[in-house]
Amino acid sequence: MSQLINDTGFVPNDITTPFVTLDHWTTGCALQLTSDTDPNDLDRILSAPCIRIEFPTSADGRGFTLARLLRLRGYKGHLRAFGHVIADQFAMARRSGFDDVEIHDTVARRQPHDQWLFRTDWQDHDYQSRLRGDRSPIQSAQNTL
Amino acid sequence: MPTPKLSQIITANALINGDVIYFTRHGTWSPNFDEAEVFEDDAIAQDVLIRASAQADQTVGVYLTKVAADNGSYKPAHFREDFRKTGPSNYFHGKQEGVKNV
Amino acid sequence: MYKYNDFDRSFIENRNRQFRAQVARRIDGSLTEDEFKPLRLMNGVYLQLHAYMLRVAIPYGSLNSAQLRQLAYIAERWDRGYGHFTTRQNIQYNWPKLSDIPEMLDALAAVNMHAIQTSGNTIRNVTADHFAGAAADEIADPRPYAELIRQWSTDHPEFQFLPRKFKVAVSGAHQDRAVTKAHDIGLRITERAGKIGFDVIIGGGLGRTPMIGKTIQEFLPVDDLLPYIEAVVSVWNLLGRRDNKYKARIKITVHETGIDEIKALIDQRFNEIRPSFSGIDQSLLNSIIADFQGPELRNEPVHEFHTRYDSAAVFRSWIDTNTAAHRDNTHSIVSISLKKPGQTPGDASSAQMRVIADLAEKYGYDEIRISHEQNIVLPHVHKEDLFALYCALKPYDLATANIGLISDIIACPGMDYCALATARSIPIAQQIATHFDALKIEHDIGHLQVKISGCINACGHHHVGHIGILGLDRAGVENYQITLGGDATQTATLGERAGPGFSADDLLPAIDRLITAYLSVRLSPAETFLETYRRLGQAPFKAALYPETQQNTKAA
Ligand code: HEM
Ligand code: SF4
Repeated sequence: MSQLINDTGFVPNDITTPFVTLDHWTTGCALQLTSDTDPNDLDRILSAPCIRIEFPTSADGRGFTLARLLRLRGYKGHLRAFGHVIADQFAMARRSGFDDVEIHDTVARRQPHDQWLFRTDWQDHDYQSRLRGDRSPIQSAQNTL
Repeated sequence: MPTPKLSQIITANALINGDVIYFTRHGTWSPNFDEAEVFEDDAIAQDVLIRASAQADQTVGVYLTKVAADNGSYKPAHFREDFRKTGPSNYFHGKQEGVKNV
Repeated sequence: MYKYNDFDRSFIENRNRQFRAQVARRIDGSLTEDEFKPLRLMNGVYLQLHAYMLRVAIPYGSLNSAQLRQLAYIAERWDRGYGHFTTRQNIQYNWPKLSDIPEMLDALAAVNMHAIQTSGNTIRNVTADHFAGAAADEIADPRPYAELIRQWSTDHPEFQFLPRKFKVAVSGAHQDRAVTKAHDIGLRITERAGKIGFDVIIGGGLGRTPMIGKTIQEFLPVDDLLPYIEAVVSVWNLLGRRDNKYKARIKITVHETGIDEIKALIDQRFNEIRPSFSGIDQSLLNSIIADFQGPELRNEPVHEFHTRYDSAAVFRSWIDTNTAAHRDNTHSIVSISLKKPGQTPGDASSAQMRVIADLAEKYGYDEIRISHEQNIVLPHVHKEDLFALYCALKPYDLATANIGLISDIIACPGMDYCALATARSIPIAQQIATHFDALKIEHDIGHLQVKISGCINACGHHHVGHIGILGLDRAGVENYQITLGGDATQTATLGERAGPGFSADDLLPAIDRLITAYLSVRLSPAETFLETYRRLGQAPFKAALYPETQQNTKAA
């Protein structure tokens, strides 16, 4: 099973509809993307209500760039990091445009609630927002949610 | 080239102080090379390696390495392990300063 | 120099709190070693053969005396009383305990320093010309741009788990002293009609598959700098290979994708990313540029210096090799050699660091640089002070007159420390330096760069050494391969392998034969080893290295 985490810490999973892969996706469905998704494929899925990007291991950082590209291309739906994400990556996930993170229970057991809460200060100490100004599409997309 | 028969030991670095350590026959870790348990049999060595690797809160980078018989005791089969057992060659630092102090 | 503001300070304090917690969580099992390793690496913590190693960033190689004194203090308090300066403008401590590292990081933060992204699959410490801000041939000081890139890359949320490491170097002078063509991104400042821009070189690198970088943009406007390099890294983050770490660097991606196609992808990504920069980075840049204005130089004529120079031969020799032209002709750039023959290249004791810090304060406007050649530079010294500086350095073994000579060797830590090594480098460097120093022919040999790596990863830049030495493991014995004709400057060239390797015992005699051959075939003492090599090719050098083979072929 899995555990959902957002800025308030561990929360119950609110998305119960199944996620389908890109091959089987049609408009309106929640979509699951693998970390090796071709960035050209992102343009045709911008209408998905929810996209979950898989992290096969915590060392695979492609999901962060995919999330960011989705936001840059105007994706306004819900964006979730899914799989082997560690607490130390929570701020990176939020800053790249994810709304929340869904992790395996095994990770949740090792890295309980407080370790994730420690990193929910992602809006502080952020060189990117300093260097970009308030024109960051990541912020605007999320604020409209 | 005839390869002399080599045995194996298990080595790692200590998680907190980084020191080179060896897995002993008592299932503990020692900074002293001479206390390493020597395995003649590879299957047993692999088995103990799994056990030794499970002590992840004490060690980092656990692996098997070959040793050669040397006048009734053993010595590292490769010069890399000689350096780990001794210390660097540019300063008298590391284990060569005296394992006895550890 | 860049002055940390409250944001930078609280960023580092916060980061150090995170790392302290990460160490505790590794020890209590919250983090597995696989999870912890990238986190410790992105905070500069390696595991070497005998112990951990902490690699501290010296961004663009610039330090002040308080910072150097703190580095000396850290070496004494938590390490073995010395530090190793590296080819990437870092300092490495070889003996820290994991449990002490959070304290060491706090001690660094106290002087606005850190170890962030000095390792791991991240954008690494940005390096720059070590003569920046002082060189006579400078177009613009590269450090403000390096600092801007440091801020942009620090904790960049997309780029902490890249396919592999990513290295950026910036040069602002005509002479390339930052090896820009051997970096993932090399930036060279150029000038057109009174404005500056960047030539962007990508896909250079040494290591297993050495490559000279290719120019992908000419004269990139300054305000496009961050979005453009973000586009490069973004494209590579998705495209770079993650199945094989030896093929993960951008040089391989460029090679496999082709420069034209990758340029098209980067341009397209750049167009997407560009609007997300509001331009505020340019006002930050302007305040950074103001920080780097440099000291107000003393306005005093030079006279004593010339008398000293003419009358004291050892001083003259030191001036000739260890000083370089300053943009102000009453001043000089002084290189302090950390290569006294017999010493470990790049090592400085705490006592030496303190002396240099004191002298920088007294004679050098409180500015210090670390060169990628593993030496220390005082970038602004008034010529009237050179003699006093020389005399003060001498008792501390810091006045060796060998910059650019055969004993000024770059060497990586090799098998004496490094877990990846296949052979030692340090003793080889010590032997070569001691040998030629004893013969007293170094100055006659002239400019000659020997660069030694202890394995194929090439941290010692052997591919771009005039003479490169690569230590390998041949059936459990150290063996050394020689490459010839490498060049690390704007005319960057990879050296060519001369032939079979040499045992540790046979290497020094081989180098000796090589040098003897050079001395006998050069046109004049003014023709450097590299020039001679370029004129004649490998033949005479190969003949010297492998005399037996030569005879055999003749006999056959
Ligand atoms: C614990 C010690 C070290 C380890 C484990 C290490 C590891 C590596 C590895 C694996 C590579 C190859 C990267 C690749 O091709 O993808 C590399 C390259 C390099 N390292 Fe190191 N290194 C160490 C120390 C140093 C030191 C001391 C220096 C500076 C003297 C240094 C500077 C470099 C440079 C300049 C390169 C080649 C440029 C490039 O990245 O292509 N490294 N290092
Ligand atoms: S070249 Fe090899 S031996 Fe030398 S520091 Fe790099 S990884 Fe280690």
